[in-house]
Amino acid sequence: MKLERTELSLIGVAIAIAILAQFSPNWLVFTLTLAISTALVVMGVVMLMRAGLVSFGQGLFYCLGGYAVGLGGRFLGITDALVLVGLGVVVTTVVAMILGLLMTRYREIFFAMLSLAFSMILYGILVKSHGLGSTDGFGVVDWTLLGFTPGDGQATTTALMLALVLALAIALFLNRYFKSSIGLACEAIRENEVRVEYMGISHRKVLYINYVLAAAVGSVGGSMTALAAGHVDPTMAYWTISGEFVFIAILGGTGHVAAPFIAALIFTLVRTYAVELAPNAWQMILGIVLLLIILFLPKGIWSLFTRKKGAAS
Amino acid sequence: MTEILRTEGLSRYFGAVTAAEDINVTISEGEIVGVIGANGAGKTTFINMVTGYLPPSQGTIAFDGSPIKGMGPRKLMRKGLARSFQIPQLFLELPVIDNLAIALSAAEHRQFQMIRPVRTPERIKAADEILEQMNINHYRDEMVTAMPQGARKLLDIAIAMLGNPRMLLLDEPTSGVSMEEKYTLMDTVMEAVRQRGLTVLFVEHDMEIVQRYVSRILAFASGEVIKDGPVDEVLADAKVQELVTGKHHRTPEKEGDA
Ligand SMILES: Nc1ncnc2c1ncn2[C@@H]1O[C@H](COP(=O)(O)OP(=O)(O)OP(=O)(O)O)[C@@H](O)[C@H]1O
Ligand SMILES: [Mg+2]
Repeated sequence: MKLERTELSLIGVAIAIAILAQFSPNWLVFTLTLAISTALVVMGVVMLMRAGLVSFGQGLFYCLGGYAVGLGGRFLGITDALVLVGLGVVVTTVVAMILGLLMTRYREIFFAMLSLAFSMILYGILVKSHGLGSTDGFGVVDWTLLGFTPGDGQATTTALMLALVLALAIALFLNRYFKSSIGLACEAIRENEVRVEYMGISHRKVLYINYVLAAAVGSVGGSMTALAAGHVDPTMAYWTISGEFVFIAILGGTGHVAAPFIAALIFTLVRTYAVELAPNAWQMILGIVLLLIILFLPKGIWSLFTRKKGAAS
Repeated sequence: MTEILRTEGLSRYFGAVTAAEDINVTISEGEIVGVIGANGAGKTTFINMVTGYLPPSQGTIAFDGSPIKGMGPRKLMRKGLARSFQIPQLFLELPVIDNLAIALSAAEHRQFQMIRPVRTPERIKAADEILEQMNINHYRDEMVTAMPQGARKLLDIAIAMLGNPRMLLLDEPTSGVSMEEKYTLMDTVMEAVRQRGLTVLFVEHDMEIVQRYVSRILAFASGEVIKDGPVDEVLADAKVQELVTGKHHRTPEKEGDA
């Protein structure tokens, strides 16, 4: 299998981050891990957007991934991080396979609202679950990775390494997926469902597969957040969190697999600083940024890169 | 000649509106049939029912000897029934080449492949061939939005042909195309059709075009087939002249049909 340029760049960037992380302060490593995890959930939003659907409930899968890690450690005695992430993927996939049967019947605002409704149902259940810490959530047990137990101060870096490897694998897959038959079929459905059916393609099946995959990818983001932060709580499923994922998706655009990562990093850094500098105004700052993006870069930050390429050639 | 399509008592009502009423038509393999009729006569409704887009209110449809009523466009496409649209149904914000590549991958039953690119060398070659045949190869890498109406019509028909159909139903292939372009467009389409040995039924308002390309005409009026036969016979018919061709003035083309 020959690697194409995007793939080589993705691998190169991942290696560079892994090396730089060894010399970076803890807070930066942690921020990076959160940004990568967030980007994975955003990737799910982007997958749906490419098919013309906007999900205001991707927090559902983010939360499922997170809680699977928390509960798997607490009640099933699983400590291996990879197994915990895998557990999240399995649980999320099962849930998405059920919800997908209904979700793929809806479009536009109905899809958006229904996705939001399902995430809020999970939020409601978790808030009412006193055994799981209610609104406070609970702590994630100390985890290991393939037999290695991260010592004091090593957990943050180890989490980043795991996040990097998983994100790289997912990004490499999605980079191909977006250009594959089903990836293009998703875009075709966004453009014209009638023609898609007349081509002999079941739009329901395509949307279903895409929906379940997007959920699974999002759960990895949730699991990684839980492993890195060492804590889960119901706000992971709250609608404002899902709104942030949509925000970041629009910020980055749907044009390239790297866009959600860049956007998530910018978002996480801006938020970290904005909260410190202007604790009461940071949401307004985000609002203005979104407004500017929609006005001047409707295809997201990524269009800055492609535009330059276009001008050069 | 072997029969390929047969409808019996085919009707469709929209509330109190009768869009199609008791249509009995038999078409043989290899025939090129023209469909004429004033605006709202039921031509598109007929195509919509035959291709599974619109369920008939009454009647039966048989394709290649077996009943197909109740099957959707997807199943019928697999059986060899393809169509183009009065208003081309395309993926506007995708490059022309991808519009074709998606159709090709679906025709190969590979629409769910996740890793292999949709643009395989074989598909690109096949797409280039049909683009060349349709004379729209210069739009290959453009978005469909960059294409003029005539080119879109041709792309719409090209996509229909990529499914390897046996029968092609063309809904007003020349509407929205300038007078001068119409003949070139039809020549291109009919050449491609002939090469593939397809059975064709096409809706057309321009009688000169109909006369030039078909051997048989179905004349529609108010949802009914008022005359079915050889070109000269149908065009000489008094009722057809009164209701379809004669002094009839076409109202401007309606938009919004499927
Ligand atoms: N979805 C619909 N709902 C209600 N009425 C409809 C619908 N589709 C078609 N009709 C009606 O059925 C009749 C036949 O319409 P149809 O589109 O088949 O005509 P047509 O012969 O294709 O006309 P044109 O030349 O304008 O394309 C018209 O009176 C139309 O208003
Ligand atoms: Mg019509």
